[in-house]
Amino acid sequence: MIYLIFAYFCLSTLGISIMALTRKNPVHAVLWLLLLFLHVAVIYLFLNAEFLAMVQVIVYAGAILVMFLFTLFLLGARELPKKKRYTSMIEGRLLIGLSITATILAVFSSIKAKYTGKYTIKYIQEVGNTKAIGVMLFNEYSLAVLILGVILLIPMIAVSVLAWRRRDDTS
Amino acid sequence: MIPLEAYLILAGLIFSIGLVNLFINRNLIIVFISLEVMLAGVNLALVALSHYMNDIRGQVLAIFTIAVAAGSVAVGLSLLIAHFNLKKSVDTEELCELKEE
Repeated sequence: MIYLIFAYFCLSTLGISIMALTRKNPVHAVLWLLLLFLHVAVIYLFLNAEFLAMVQVIVYAGAILVMFLFTLFLLGARELPKKKRYTSMIEGRLLIGLSITATILAVFSSIKAKYTGKYTIKYIQEVGNTKAIGVMLFNEYSLAVLILGVILLIPMIAVSVLAWRRRDDTS
Repeated sequence: MIPLEAYLILAGLIFSIGLVNLFINRNLIIVFISLEVMLAGVNLALVALSHYMNDIRGQVLAIFTIAVAAGSVAVGLSLLIAHFNLKKSVDTEELCELKEE
């Protein structure tokens, strides 16, 4: 039974990502992307990462996709004409992309999980996934969390500088 | 028990679909969306390795990835709006000049 559900989520994730990237209307692409993120969150639940599944739903589906939609509405969300959808030299680019794909698949299918840490499934069930992540995040990676705060502050300043429109510039 | 290779091949395929589309598409918005698809694949590989290696650092790294992706997408979309205000187009092949005429 679990194999059937997993196979459904695998196939639908691949199909949805292809559908999201071949839409002509960008708003439809963003909505397919929302569906993709919900399916990826369910695959996180297969991997016992329930906190990360919730973060995926809240941050990606709640914040980033809304940002995409606002940008589309600011741009007017016009469709590009059909004959100009793909770049020139598409054959060469497809060849490069498919060869990188083959390399990635060959490398990924030969990875073996040799290392085992101390966070076994039994330990995480005892402590709780969220608490285990939080303890790791704020003890071992506390400096990284501080740097992450700076990394999130700088785009805020950069975005407000980039979106600044001078009065004498509107001619 | 689902094998680790299934998750890793799924993550690799999602990443590759985004990568191929990043190369060939002309619409700048679709290019940003394919970047998001690639990040979803990377996060999936991190979480799968974290589960099968019994180490929670992979999930912590995935949280960092999500946060940095949020910042980078914000900057990218505001650059997109600035470029659109200048050129009135979202075509990647018209991105070759940075100067304002």
